[in-house]
Amino acid sequence: MYTIQCDVAVVGAGPAGLAAAVAAKENGAARVLVIERDNAPGGILQQCIHPGFGLTRFNEELTGPEYYSRFTEKAEALGVEYLLDSMVLDVDADGGKVTCVNGKYGVTNVEAGSVVLAMGCRERTRESIVIPGSRPAGLYTAGSAQRLINRQNIMVGKKVVILGSGDIGMIMARRMTLEGAEVVMVVELMDYLAGLTRNRVQCLDDFGIPLRLGHTITRIEGEKRVTGVYVAPVDETKKPIAEKAEFVPCDTVLFSVGLIPENELTRKASIAIDGKTNGPAVNQYMQTTKPAVFACGNVVHVNDLVDNVSAESEQAGKYAARYAAGKFPAAKGEAVCKPGANVRYICPQKIVLSDEAEKVNLYFRVLSPARDVTLRVRCGDTILAQKKEFRVNPGEMNSIAVNTADVADGEIVVEVM
Amino acid sequence: MKKEIICTVCPRGCAITVEGGDGKVTSIEGNGCKRGLSFAETEFTSPVRLLTSTVRVAGKENELLPVRTRTPILRDKLFDVMNAIRATTVTLPVKQHDVVISDVCGTGVDVIASRDME
Ligand SMILES: Cc1cc2nc3c(=O)[nH]c(=O)nc-3n(C[C@H](O)[C@H](O)[C@H](O)COP(=O)(O)OP(=O)(O)OC[C@H]3O[C@@H](n4cnc5c(N)ncnc54)[C@H](O)[C@@H]3O)c2cc1C
Ligand code: SF4
Repeated sequence: MYTIQCDVAVVGAGPAGLAAAVAAKENGAARVLVIERDNAPGGILQQCIHPGFGLTRFNEELTGPEYYSRFTEKAEALGVEYLLDSMVLDVDADGGKVTCVNGKYGVTNVEAGSVVLAMGCRERTRESIVIPGSRPAGLYTAGSAQRLINRQNIMVGKKVVILGSGDIGMIMARRMTLEGAEVVMVVELMDYLAGLTRNRVQCLDDFGIPLRLGHTITRIEGEKRVTGVYVAPVDETKKPIAEKAEFVPCDTVLFSVGLIPENELTRKASIAIDGKTNGPAVNQYMQTTKPAVFACGNVVHVNDLVDNVSAESEQAGKYAARYAAGKFPAAKGEAVCKPGANVRYICPQKIVLSDEAEKVNLYFRVLSPARDVTLRVRCGDTILAQKKEFRVNPGEMNSIAVNTADVADGEIVVEVM
Repeated sequence: MKKEIICTVCPRGCAITVEGGDGKVTSIEGNGCKRGLSFAETEFTSPVRLLTSTVRVAGKENELLPVRTRTPILRDKLFDVMNAIRATTVTLPVKQHDVVISDVCGTGVDVIASRDME
């Protein structure tokens, strides 16, 4: 069997894998190999041709391809190696071995000092939210429609209804309108927008596309091709009010109903998964419960801003390099990060205490929207950090930094009041 | 004329009420800070947007080159510029930020490549 040896092996060449690979090199790893099933690096950003990337990291507004090129250029300059067209099948978490299948070499073994998982996420489908009706042509997830239109030059339909007001759905509403399709409406179950306000203004309002908050699709009609959908308002318990359903003719339905971390490999490797994020539980080094395996990006938790992905992935790359070199910080204790009032989850889930004090960013999402709140981290009654926020929203990730020197063994609580 | 504008400059998203007519603003209310003033004024008189799309590549049926306007263009011009983009085919190789269409539709703004392509 063909075997490749390296210090750090990275699975996935999206923005997470690229940033981790660059950081691993910068932190002394001699040989860094990125394994990717696609024929080019960039991940999902290859199809995200719209602007809005890099505002916090580079202080300018870049398109997806411009954002990832900043990393592929750096990777090239530093000598990061790629194994493209290679699907990873198995990660042996204890032995640092990665098995993949490549068109040229067949089944290939990669032996590494440490492994970084950066497989991204996939979209929830109509099946995972269960809508009754037939199974005609014309049903797409927003991301697969984005790929067909932006990378393969295939227009998916002329008269479109979009379910879900997440950013990808809204961005596709604009894209399809500009390409000459009619977007009849965007339907959102919750009574608030799932994505960024800025996207509602520039993707829906600009083109007069109606947004139906507190509504859902109850049925899909059509034999061979979609002919329309029934749209109904929902009551307080989110149950559709059937008598009020209206028929909306269309030939295409896009589903923008959320993303799920892509963790088949992680589960197979017996790495512990957090039930709330659906990704591996990690410490501040982005290290999973298997010490030689690190993880970053959307495989860990779904991010709305790629800028945050890059930051946490650099942390993963840096510590994967140190692990491979046998220079990992020695643990003296640990603190579990516990969600307090109005907090759904926190990433990292755990902070390891060592002699190296550092600033750690705790990323978290709230359970429900609120205004004029205080974000607070405390350890018992001691407040470790706090800041005011004008507005919080489940669709926009928050973060707050703590210094590990202030953290004591046991647990810390993040709360929003 | 009275118009409600949601400021998109920062995440606070103030709802700003602008009054005026004929491209002139007479009053602006509801902006949480100064940056909202100029945003609301431009948004009322002549809103601009960055446009991104794709162009066809000569000899490659299933590949597209992502492109963008170098700077934002008048919102009213979006569909004209889309037509110009649709009528364009590029020949490879292309380098990131190469001009694909110069001064598109008389806007004074170039359409440029978002990435390298060989
Ligand atoms: C459709 C879609 C649209 C999005 N739009 C935006 C947006 O507009 N703005 C924004 O900020 N964020 C957006 N996001 C979020 C965005 O995905 C993240 O910010 C960022 O791309 C996450 O980077 P990543 O590297 O973790 O994942 P990805 O970019 O998804 O990269 C994962 C990579 O891993 C590879 N891979 C997976 N499994 C294997 C395997 N077994 N073997 C080999 N390779 C594998 C994949 O092919 C892929 O290249 C979008 C996400 C999706 C799904
Ligand atoms: S007016 Fe100022 S505070 Fe309000 S959204 Fe705009 S930039 Fe933010």
